[in-house]
Amino acid sequence: MAYYAPLAALDEAHLVAPGSTLAEVTEDIASVTERTAPRGWWIVFLGALSLLGIFGGTVGYLFYRGIGVWGNASPTYWAWDITNFVWWVGIGHAGTLISAVLFLFRQKWRTAINRFAEAMTIFAVICALIFPGLHVGRPWVLHWMFPLPNQMAIWPNFKSPLLWDLFAVGTYFTVSTMFWFVGLIPDLATLRDRSTNKWRQRIYGFLALGWRGSNRHWQNYERAYMILAALSTPLVLSVHSVVSFDFATSVIPGWHTTIFPPYFVAGAVFSGFAMVMTLLLITRTVFKLHRVVLMRHLELMNKIMLLTGTLVGYAYAMEFFIAWYSGNEYERYVFVNRAFGPYAWAYWTMVSCNVLSPQVFWFKKLRRNIPLMFVVSILINIGMWFERFVIIVTSLHRDFLPSAWGMFSPTVMDVTTYLGTMGVFFTLFLLFIRWLPAVAISEVKGTMPQADPHFHGHSERSHSEHDAHESAVGGDLVPEGAE
Amino acid sequence: MSAQPTVTHKKRVACVLAQFDTAADVIHAAEKVRDAGYQSWDTHTPFPIHGMDKAMGLSDSRVGWIVLGGALTGLSVAFVMMWWMNGVDYPTVVGGKPPFTTPSMVPVLFELTVLFSSFAAVFGMLGLNKLPRHHHPVFESERFRKASDDKFFISVEAEDPKFNADKVRALFEGVHATFVEVLEVLEEEVEA
Repeated sequence: MAYYAPLAALDEAHLVAPGSTLAEVTEDIASVTERTAPRGWWIVFLGALSLLGIFGGTVGYLFYRGIGVWGNASPTYWAWDITNFVWWVGIGHAGTLISAVLFLFRQKWRTAINRFAEAMTIFAVICALIFPGLHVGRPWVLHWMFPLPNQMAIWPNFKSPLLWDLFAVGTYFTVSTMFWFVGLIPDLATLRDRSTNKWRQRIYGFLALGWRGSNRHWQNYERAYMILAALSTPLVLSVHSVVSFDFATSVIPGWHTTIFPPYFVAGAVFSGFAMVMTLLLITRTVFKLHRVVLMRHLELMNKIMLLTGTLVGYAYAMEFFIAWYSGNEYERYVFVNRAFGPYAWAYWTMVSCNVLSPQVFWFKKLRRNIPLMFVVSILINIGMWFERFVIIVTSLHRDFLPSAWGMFSPTVMDVTTYLGTMGVFFTLFLLFIRWLPAVAISEVKGTMPQADPHFHGHSERSHSEHDAHESAVGGDLVPEGAE
Repeated sequence: MSAQPTVTHKKRVACVLAQFDTAADVIHAAEKVRDAGYQSWDTHTPFPIHGMDKAMGLSDSRVGWIVLGGALTGLSVAFVMMWWMNGVDYPTVVGGKPPFTTPSMVPVLFELTVLFSSFAAVFGMLGLNKLPRHHHPVFESERFRKASDDKFFISVEAEDPKFNADKVRALFEGVHATFVEVLEVLEEEVEA
């Protein structure tokens, strides 16, 4: 977090509304957790709780009857559940991209959205893990997935991409949670120090681990944070690559493709950014975070969506080209069937949402239009769900033998499981923005002019004698000790 | 049982705390404290300030070495686990592939390396920082609540061999401290 070079020298715009003081930033972000929740929050929270209720009911029924309540049937044994799994994991990826990759590239603008996006990652991965958890059909022996000694004395097959997936997603969840918590420690200390009642002080105080802003601590903290970012970067790329191996290492036409790992990663980042955008626009409006989440941040995110959306479009085109170029008739048939077969509507929904809709962001004016970016972010969320649906269902429903062909139709339980995980996600998310700092307070402060040891407070009411001394030194880049 | 021990509470000076209003002031003051040769002292800031490590004369963080240890452990654990489980203890032939084979081990080798490294980074950091530690003399100060908001602090602890409350106070007053306080903690003295 070495955000030290003066903005003017780097020719950069302000990342926090100019003239804001450190105390105002603390107040803006921390007070969200201290005020009573605005009505908007309650409305959305009750909606989320209702969906959570639907989830509870669905899962209860599913455990009672078995996974036959879903529409999965020959030949599409993987259908909505795996679609949802991949969709949720993908959504999580933008969080890690924002928190880790942009951190390594010193993209300071990430500080406005990283906390938020990391929380989204964790909750999305929880939702994702629910689906394979249910899909195995016998949840009481879920632990058999792990390499644990058991009565049959047999071990998991480490040559299976499904087991790799368990390790990848499990590691991803654990590391993301730790990364998130480490980032939260200084801000929990802020909440502890601001608390006026005993319980807040105890709970935040307990969680803050006794953080006292010590520089001896910051030194190790920053190093650990950087290492976690450096570890998370290849990790996030590996996770969706491994998810894509679930498909790519099989011999199903439409799945057995070498482009899958990068294509899945690009799609994951794309859908994740769209979800961050959807949530961010709502939170920014409901909790009035306009001082830290600027139009500039939204515009930069739209640029990333334009880039990744176009990459995804390239992947769609390349899949078709390779299907033709391979000369493999099964592979060719799958792709013709995707675009013109019974699921053509799903395919073209995917293409219009993912490839066409982000193209509006070529224009600066549209890139800065909040209602439009909200609509586009929702379209991308939909489009990316259909992408996974298209990959899974159209490849399975007509493979090698026409006698084994079939159609997939979802049941009500498919729909309620999916909506139910939305309930899980939004309930967790709303609790998060209500009780924890939704923006990384200490990191935002680090990007402000006041954080620069060569800044000599024009907006701060500092002593005039000191100002006079400093103006003689000037705003150069020489550390003061070197004079 | 011998006589009931008498417990008396005595106030003891624990540290001198100075408040500064700007990052520039605190870094400048830190250089002075460093040059005065103190050992047990610290700066407390709401965010890390670039250049402070140098101003305090700190050597490089050791977290990286701990993470290296974690990485090597994770890699070895993953390798030994897969080799022993699939290759030795219960060899299974799936898809005609040999029971022990390295290419298919790559994803799990990678994931466990990352997992163990991350644990090492987080717990290594907490261990080096001696956290969690919910009690510290600086928390005796009401003003110190601002250390996580918009003020900057330096504390010199009484354990320091050169510690002298008056001298420390004078030092702080010469470097634009906006407030200096001497913090005391209650100490139990047990006499048999």
